[in-house]
Amino acid sequence: MALKKHKTAQASGEPMVWMTAMGLSLGILMILGLLALIFYKGLEVFWPKRVAQIEIKTEDGHVQSLIGEIVLKRERSSHKISKKEKSEDIQRELQIFMGNKEALGQAFRFIGQDKIEKISHPQDVIKLERLEYGSAMGVPEAIYETGKPPVLYKIKEPFKKRFEELVKQYKQRWEEIRYIEKHSIGKINIEMEGLTLQKKKLEKESETLSQPSPEIQKQLQEIEKETQTLQNQYQILADQAKALRNKQKGAQLSLKLANGETSKVEFSQILEYYYPNQLTQWQRIKMFFHKIWLFLSQEPREANTEGGVFPALFGTLTMTLLMTIVVVPFGVIAAIYLKEYAKQGFLVRTVRIAVNNLAGVPSIVFGVFGMGFFVYMVGGSIDQLFFSQKLPTPTFGTGGLLWASLTLALLTVPVVIVATEEALGAVSQNIREGALGCGASKWQMIQKIILPASAPGILTGAILAMARGAGEVAPLMLVGVVKLAPTLPINSQFPYIHLDQKFMHLGFHIYDLGFQSPDSEAAKPIVFATTLLLILLVLLLNLGAIILRERLRKKYASGKF
Amino acid sequence: MPVENSNTNLNKTIIKIEDFSFFYGNNQALFGINLNIPEREVTALIGPSGCGKSTLLRSINRMNDLVDEAKHTGKIILQDQDIHDPHLEVISLRKRVGMVFQKSNPFPKSIYENVVFGLRIAGKTNKSDLDEIVERSLKDAALWKEVKDRLKDNALGLSGGQMQRLCIARAIANQPEVLLMDEPCSALDPVATAKIESLIHELKKNYTIVIVTHNMQQASRVSDRTAFLYMGKLIEYDETEKLFTNPKEQQTEDYITGRFG
Repeated sequence: MALKKHKTAQASGEPMVWMTAMGLSLGILMILGLLALIFYKGLEVFWPKRVAQIEIKTEDGHVQSLIGEIVLKRERSSHKISKKEKSEDIQRELQIFMGNKEALGQAFRFIGQDKIEKISHPQDVIKLERLEYGSAMGVPEAIYETGKPPVLYKIKEPFKKRFEELVKQYKQRWEEIRYIEKHSIGKINIEMEGLTLQKKKLEKESETLSQPSPEIQKQLQEIEKETQTLQNQYQILADQAKALRNKQKGAQLSLKLANGETSKVEFSQILEYYYPNQLTQWQRIKMFFHKIWLFLSQEPREANTEGGVFPALFGTLTMTLLMTIVVVPFGVIAAIYLKEYAKQGFLVRTVRIAVNNLAGVPSIVFGVFGMGFFVYMVGGSIDQLFFSQKLPTPTFGTGGLLWASLTLALLTVPVVIVATEEALGAVSQNIREGALGCGASKWQMIQKIILPASAPGILTGAILAMARGAGEVAPLMLVGVVKLAPTLPINSQFPYIHLDQKFMHLGFHIYDLGFQSPDSEAAKPIVFATTLLLILLVLLLNLGAIILRERLRKKYASGKF
Repeated sequence: MPVENSNTNLNKTIIKIEDFSFFYGNNQALFGINLNIPEREVTALIGPSGCGKSTLLRSINRMNDLVDEAKHTGKIILQDQDIHDPHLEVISLRKRVGMVFQKSNPFPKSIYENVVFGLRIAGKTNKSDLDEIVERSLKDAALWKEVKDRLKDNALGLSGGQMQRLCIARAIANQPEVLLMDEPCSALDPVATAKIESLIHELKKNYTIVIVTHNMQQASRVSDRTAFLYMGKLIEYDETEKLFTNPKEQQTEDYITGRFG
């Protein structure tokens, strides 16, 4: 019989190939689209845009002028426009970032393209990053210092020199003040707290005694003395800070705004400045990276909408690593028992199904469990036992780094168990027998042969767990994440790692900025930038684990996962 | 069926298998085996697939303990000691009875670490002792010349024949009394097979070897005595020369002349 050709495409299975391929491409396209959007939007934030001066016609025929960065060009929502006036200009509108929130009332504005008369880019515009009210834009007029004649902008060289000097000087002083207030005074506060606790403890002790003990009295007096010295130290530092703060007043920069008004900016407010329309391409690139660096290294300001995200970045990293340290051994031990020791039967099958289902439980449920079990039960008991003198202020009986890490470890442990079980199962019976044949006990076989050989697979589990844990937000809100943490969870104060401390997290930061911020327009760019950072952080953590896995795989060449 | 153990020219018996039966669950795999394995000789177990020769071999170092629901009756005695004695540690038995498997199974570690594996888990750590044992074992396994310059390399980079010799080196590093070989050449090419066979000749000066083989030429080449098993029963056990040239049982003759199996 002659071989037949396919009569229809159906018979060859061609449509199914196309359909499956299309499904995959669609998925990949969506992911790439999402990543591209986040990358573009997230990085755009840092690009120093040119500042435009825009003249617009008002309804009554006047011409109004404003200065700002063109943030967005978009189609107007269609229902506002009748069909007759369907020209290009009417349909489009621009979003302008004007800054100067305190003077203009709003930092953003939408303008229809048809209203725009003229767009120019004046050279003299300066953009200032300020401590408060976001950035300011305008043409500088003069520097005013008390008791000195104003330095006019028109006389370029002296103005430039003085301006640079003043910004540097004020910034330095501001950093000094912050150091004193946060670091030095913070340290004294902690010591004082310790003394207060000691005092409380001694007082309690003396209450139980029938006669006042001279020993305790003496100790109390000593504490009193120490407190006094600390109080004095505190006073000195506080005076120092106050004196510095007083010096921060006096110098102002007057800016001419687009609407003709003059705005005065205190030098103590200025953090960064640049002339956006004077930058060369190279300077622009340098500024771009400088802004990224500031974003990564600084603390947030103004309800998190300005400044950097360093505490959130650090908190996320610390929490994720701590979670990984907890979850991997825990998961591996559980998997070893399930796979190697437990008698495979109904019970083990049930446990395995339960573990797999645990991975599908909504994460907020873990959050509720973490709060109920870890925070209130375990944390509460720890407080009763070890920190009773601090009560009613909770130490571990409130959300914190440790409880957040443990909650997320619980959330991600199924991933590690499943991956480890698979990795253990992939070690061939042949090699197991080889090890036993050499006189190894079962544990020696697992420890010396099976675990090393399945290490790459276990690391795959760890990678998945990390990726899941780093991106989780909902449970964290219940067990220790805050909008603004005063100190980092790892710092120079004894005992250096503060497991009981609340911390900041990039995921929560995004939620907080995007949905809880008073000025959502202002927060939008930072939302994108923070999202990008979170994605990059997860990528970086995973990359680290993948490199480690590749090295292990080379070492134990038999692992095929 | 009566089994004749001819006692001519027999070395001292090291393993005595007495009325040994073995069950996988309800399946009986071995039926009342009686076999005396002499010291420092090569004993081959032959028979068609599924006749129980591997089961018998793996019973000698209790490798079958790993199988769920395995049970046995009868005794296996190694140097006057019942290997199923509940007071005896399986681990110490396996140290005395080494094993080489059908498929070479080096660990994914360096060549050196493969050889010293048994010693390390026994707690030996003296570097110079270990070095010495590695050299001696690899020399005994006729592998030293080929690998002496790359002891730290991963064992999985060796060729199939080298890997199998490495497994032999690993087994003899423990200085066992008995070496069990489960079709050690079945996955090897003729050159590598020849090397292993000449190695077996060398090894029998120091070790008692029990080898399972599918290949009757191999059995006749390497072994001093041969046991023929069929359907879980020991049919005939004799000096190899006698068994191959002048088998007493019809079934043996049928098998070695290729009429079945």
